[in-house]
Amino acid sequence: MNLELLGTWLAALLTLCIFSFLYKDNPFYKFAEHLFVGVSAGYWLCYNFWNMVKPNLWDNLVSGNWRYLLPLVLGIFMLARLVPKVGWLSRCAIAFMIGSGAGIMIITYLQTNFLEQIKNTLVSLNPAGQPWYGVLNNSLLFAGVVSGLVYFFFSKAHTGVTGGIARVGVVFLMVCFGASFGYTVMARISLLIGRMYFLLHDWIGVV
Amino acid sequence: MNHGIVDKLKSIDRRIIFLFVAVAVVVPLLYPLGLPLKASPPSRSLYREIESLQSGSVVLMAFDYDPATDVELGPMSLAIIRHCFRKGHNVIGMALWPQGAGLARTAFAQAAEGYDVEYGVDYVNLGFKAGSIVVIDSLGKSIHESFPKDVDGRPVEDMPLMRNVRTYADIDFVMSMSAGDPGLPFWIMIAQGRYGKKVGGGCTAVSAPMLYPYYPNQLVGLLGGMKGAAEYELLINTKGAATKGMDAQSIAHALIVFFVIVGNIFYFVSKRREKRGDVRV
Repeated sequence: MNLELLGTWLAALLTLCIFSFLYKDNPFYKFAEHLFVGVSAGYWLCYNFWNMVKPNLWDNLVSGNWRYLLPLVLGIFMLARLVPKVGWLSRCAIAFMIGSGAGIMIITYLQTNFLEQIKNTLVSLNPAGQPWYGVLNNSLLFAGVVSGLVYFFFSKAHTGVTGGIARVGVVFLMVCFGASFGYTVMARISLLIGRMYFLLHDWIGVV
Repeated sequence: MNHGIVDKLKSIDRRIIFLFVAVAVVVPLLYPLGLPLKASPPSRSLYREIESLQSGSVVLMAFDYDPATDVELGPMSLAIIRHCFRKGHNVIGMALWPQGAGLARTAFAQAAEGYDVEYGVDYVNLGFKAGSIVVIDSLGKSIHESFPKDVDGRPVEDMPLMRNVRTYADIDFVMSMSAGDPGLPFWIMIAQGRYGKKVGGGCTAVSAPMLYPYYPNQLVGLLGGMKGAAEYELLINTKGAATKGMDAQSIAHALIVFFVIVGNIFYFVSKRREKRGDVRV
């Protein structure tokens, strides 16, 4: 028996063990679950060491690049959380991460996800050369954004005209949640199809 | 409506539902129906962008996913690489997710079959680099500094494809096959927002609704989930794993829609009875 075949059988049996939970909790499911957690923890520990710590920190320190002492010290500070007496040291590392992260992200994030998104909403309600559904599309975009924003405007009671627009906003939000739910269902069914295809194609060989 | 049926269906064993879903998925896989499929505008737009690039263009492709989402993103990666090879584009693969590097290797190996392409000349796999958004930004300064070696440890400097590719300025199109964070939103923020590159890509179905607002101004095209992958396979006229799964996907969706409708009908029927005080003890 070659290793590939052994791997296929192992994967198939573990897949069935996990699926068995759909009937009810049982020792086969527990075994597969614990095995997965253990193997994942071991895998990620090794992977992170050899792909992150070694090339990004260790190799640089060994080659005499002393600038990398700073991330080493901050890394050790992060682990200080495990010792309550010196746990406060971890705040220095966290502060550095938050500060650098904010510095890198804030302007770019605002530009991409706020200003550009506003710009994308400023569309003509009667675009030249567009068919009727282009006009409808832009009108829906405009109505959806405005009514959605009104729904989240809490400085005025949602009564009268404001209440009416907010209710329209709720409808748009519901459509948005429905679309998200539909896509989530699609993703989960895709995963099921992937496993079923593996069992039927790679393992049994009937597809 | 009959009390018995309503009560029985309200307390139906969920395993029966699981069984229906399993049958809805397995039967179409065993006996494909060939249900019609039409490419959506975001998929067509991505296809057109790659189609419109001149032969020999450089496409950067980030494999920002892992085996858990390979069923959705693997087929679309494969289809896009095949399309690039067919058009004579050069593809540079890289990964912001550790396991993406291995999946890129598999995708390149499968896509290279049937095309006269050579590693290092027509395509490279730079492998994984930790650092998320910082890595994306660093490519704008020097790709060679960020990735001095490829996935197998070979110097990138020695590869003919990489000799003239130094920064984003030497790349014609950027793509990310994205399963989450880090992924496509970061590429849009940095490669598109900061460096002005055209960005496109694919994502899992779960993250598609979050990414569609970027299309078409910030994102050239988007493939959402297995459906997006199947649409791209349709556009390049090469049936693959996604197309095979679409029948099962459609039947399972129809079944779930049916369950949602039936569930709601029984919910409202029982609610009306409760209002009338017509409750069975």
